[in-house]
Amino acid sequence: MEKVFMKGNEAIAEAGIRAGCRFFAGYPITPQNDIPEYMSRRMPEAGGVFVQGESEVASISMLMGSAFNGVKSMTSSSGPGLSLKSEGISTMAGMQLPAVIVNVMRGGPGTGAIQGAQMDYLMATKASGHGGFRMIVYAPSTVQEAVDYTIRAFDKAEQYQQPMLIAADGHIGAIMESVELPEMRPVANMKKNYEFFPHPGFGKTRQQVYSVDLNLKAQEDFNRYLADLYDIWNRDEVLVEEYLVEDAEYVIVTYGTSSRIARAAIKALREEGVKIGMVRPISLYPFPYDSIRKLDPNKVKKILCLELSIPVQVVEDVELAVQGKIPIESYGRAASLVFTPEEVIGYFNSIK
Amino acid sequence: MEKIYSRPVSLNPVAFNYCPGCLHGTSQKLLCDVIDELGKQEDTIAVMPIGCSTMGMFAFDFESLGACHGRAPAVATGVKRTAPEKLVFTYQGDGDIGYIGFSEIMHAANRGENFTVIFANNGTFGMTGGQMAPTTLIGQRATTAPLGRDPSYGQGMPIHMSELVASLPLPVYVERCSVDTPAHANATRKAIKKAFDIQLAGKGFSFVEILTNCPTNWGVSPVQSIAWIKEKTYTEYPLGVYKDITQEG
Ligand SMILES: Cc1ncc(C[n+]2csc(CCOP(=O)(O)OP(=O)(O)O)c2C)c(N)n1
Ligand code: SF4
Ligand SMILES: [Mg+2]
Repeated sequence: MEKVFMKGNEAIAEAGIRAGCRFFAGYPITPQNDIPEYMSRRMPEAGGVFVQGESEVASISMLMGSAFNGVKSMTSSSGPGLSLKSEGISTMAGMQLPAVIVNVMRGGPGTGAIQGAQMDYLMATKASGHGGFRMIVYAPSTVQEAVDYTIRAFDKAEQYQQPMLIAADGHIGAIMESVELPEMRPVANMKKNYEFFPHPGFGKTRQQVYSVDLNLKAQEDFNRYLADLYDIWNRDEVLVEEYLVEDAEYVIVTYGTSSRIARAAIKALREEGVKIGMVRPISLYPFPYDSIRKLDPNKVKKILCLELSIPVQVVEDVELAVQGKIPIESYGRAASLVFTPEEVIGYFNSIK
Repeated sequence: MEKIYSRPVSLNPVAFNYCPGCLHGTSQKLLCDVIDELGKQEDTIAVMPIGCSTMGMFAFDFESLGACHGRAPAVATGVKRTAPEKLVFTYQGDGDIGYIGFSEIMHAANRGENFTVIFANNGTFGMTGGQMAPTTLIGQRATTAPLGRDPSYGQGMPIHMSELVASLPLPVYVERCSVDTPAHANATRKAIKKAFDIQLAGKGFSFVEILTNCPTNWGVSPVQSIAWIKEKTYTEYPLGVYKDITQEG
């Protein structure tokens, strides 16, 4: 373990290298430019390949090629770029090719505000592309978590042979914090361990990888295989932090940078004797429904969803878990503007 | 009797799924022939497009993967950069390469990527049923150009991919071929072999355009489609070597 002071974006890039990533392709977009810049000098040092793609579309396509060869691969972008990558990500899910995609989130819709925001929750968790596929989505709230969950995303991509997503907000990408970097892992090629869902017509002995199956029965079986995989993720891969919820009468649901602000607000309110806590999804997908479902409607008076997004998007999953049993409020800021702990406390006092 | 020709080893003993008389089958068989000749069946990775020719996925007995529509040159970039020892090629139609994937082909060529692009130009969107392609001839009818392609009607001019790729500094070898006669098929085979040799020698980007047909969507018989290539396609798209810097320096 090595302790360094590092910017979130660069820490994500270095974590990728340490996890064994040896192929990176990306296209510049704020607020994630440090990732391709860092990779352009670090990748050759590590014996890997960096390509500045001609677009996000090309970059994700390049990952298809490197992942086919079993090389751990990564790309990064922000909102508009994720929209462009979506066909490729969906195709990789269909091809069962592992990769890690990083979205350092900014404002929207469209070009939006180019600094940090959390405006891609629904895209990240419900439809990062067409065809009903899912990814495990990690939302770090510190630079340390950005490192840890980037490495975990590589492990999960390899384990499940699927693309995985880091949904870091632009603030996590931009802040500098002290962080422990793990040892460099030995580079391991994944190709010999690949196991593809059997598609009739394609080579049984040769690796032939497509997201199309003309045999409709086999295609449907593959869709069922993916649905089962998502069930497994919902059972085994939920990551959540529950903070001071045992005695809570009010519960904030929030993630990433917003959770840091919420934590400061909760500490201040606790000092005033308010029984308030927080459920912080670390995996946005699979969502920690159980942590919310188990809240006692006789005890919890209100749930407050906080997000750097207008409209607040995470509320849709909270509603699914609560089923109308606890009143839900939501508060967001957008356009890369950030609420302060005082602002959150002010809003809380207005709704409690 | 002496057997003078047999199915290439790297071609599966299955029927191509193409329409009768479609030259995608001829072109892909030639590719397999060359791969056999080079002894590269075990070391080839094909990047397939979206289009009729995706069907080659069932015919090729070597490694392959399917790109999104137009993105094969970017996928091949990822393949070749992480496995430089492999023989890597894309096989793409005109809609794939000249419309939706124009950026990917031009930038892969402009980076001088060390792989080979085989471009099957049939002047139409075969797969989706005969819509206008960037290569559709002036006056040629398409389901989205029912009166015939007309540049004065905002439908643009036929696009010349070989000439465009050859205009870039880094591509090493660019040739436009045809498979309408046995002699032309032989010449195409030689061009593919040359392109693969260039790649295997690590010299850089090679591009072989093959004029193919689409009897189904041209609305003619397979025999008539051959006459069409001679009468119409050659005039717009002359055969020839557009770039070859293997001889220089
Ligand atoms: C993103 C996307 N857009 C459109 C299509 C539909 N599509 C499939 S093949 C094709 C055209 C293929 O034409 P061409 O590349 O000329 O190949 P051909 O079938 O003529 O060999 C289109 C538009 C698609 N699959 N994906
Ligand atoms: S539609 Fe045209 S290009 Fe496609 S297989 Fe039939 S003849 Fe060939
Ligand atoms: Mg075509």
